Amino acid sequence: MCQDCGCSVTPANIRMTSENQSHHDHSHGHSHEHPHHNHSHQQIHLHQAILSKNDRLAERNRGFFAAKNLFVLNILSSPGSGKTALLERTLMELSDRLPAAVIVGDLETDNDAQRLRRSGQQAIQIMTESLCHLEAEAIAQATQKLDLTDIQLLIIENVGNLVCPAAYDLGETQRVVLLSTTEGEDKPLKYPTVFKSADVVILNKIDIAEVVGFDRDRALENIRNIAPQATILEVSARTGEGMEQWYAYLQHQVQPQPELAVH
Amino acid sequence: MHEVSIMDQTLDIALNEATRQGASQIHRLTVRVGTLSGVVPDALRFAFDVVAKDTIAEQAKFEIETVTARCYCQNCNQDFYPEDIIFVCPHCGTLSSQVLNGKELELSSLEVS
Repeated sequence: MCQDCGCSVTPANIRMTSENQSHHDHSHGHSHEHPHHNHSHQQIHLHQAILSKNDRLAERNRGFFAAKNLFVLNILSSPGSGKTALLERTLMELSDRLPAAVIVGDLETDNDAQRLRRSGQQAIQIMTESLCHLEAEAIAQATQKLDLTDIQLLIIENVGNLVCPAAYDLGETQRVVLLSTTEGEDKPLKYPTVFKSADVVILNKIDIAEVVGFDRDRALENIRNIAPQATILEVSARTGEGMEQWYAYLQHQVQPQPELAVH
Repeated sequence: MHEVSIMDQTLDIALNEATRQGASQIHRLTVRVGTLSGVVPDALRFAFDVVAKDTIAEQAKFEIETVTARCYCQNCNQDFYPEDIIFVCPHCGTLSSQVLNGKELELSSLEVS
């Protein structure tokens, strides 16, 4: 059928008018001056997830982690909430009970990885340069650089940012959102998306809560309202208060697996 | 601001599809953005102008369909539309963390020629 006028086109009545244009003869007599408005516009229905590429890679990571019996955490927070301090202490105090490694994302510098390596555990730095979040592909690459023999817990410290990292699945087993008492009680209300995606919310710097006038009850209420699914833990990575609860949580999650690994 | 990176990926999908269909011009791009997707529509619009420049989508109309949050209440066994960011069931007052809609971030359609 001719797209312009709807008449039937057969090989016999097609004639080439130029190299790129074909047209055809008609036995009937209407004009061929068609109004050239939207006639050739085509609607394409896609319904494709924009982050489908990242999602696919995240699923691949998840499969890889499962095969290695790795429990993987993705830790998100604002800059300065104490992610690195929390991990430093966790690696120091937990490593004999739960062998762990860390992948840490920052825009620039490998200061955090250096800090974390002082614990004697492996820490790989991803420098994202201008990127405000980590993506699944970068995790896949960084994971290849780690010696995962005997490692049970892999912790990913995301770029300090409460907005963008929330949209990117990395293939983690659980997501942890860290909030510190210096940030105010209403952070969960201001950044609901990230808190709603959390399996665990850690309230850090509780040792200075009183000094900074932090309203603990209101903060806990806000977290529970926004993220009813999340386990809430209160800690101070500086003094160690509450950290045993965090370790107990991790040990409980990382159940010892039966010897299924194929060598 | 991850909207530029998201727009980059959106346009990648769009340009690939347009090429696949033999189109030389993209006239309209429609995306669906959930209110819980973490994407700010205005930032996305801004990103489109930047990213689409010097491509066959430069003249395209960029449309955003907003998808509002819809939750499921386990207590009442029915879905509901939360009134604000606290997902409390209007029937029984239970808090819900089961999101049925609102996380969408998709390229829904293209108009090409």
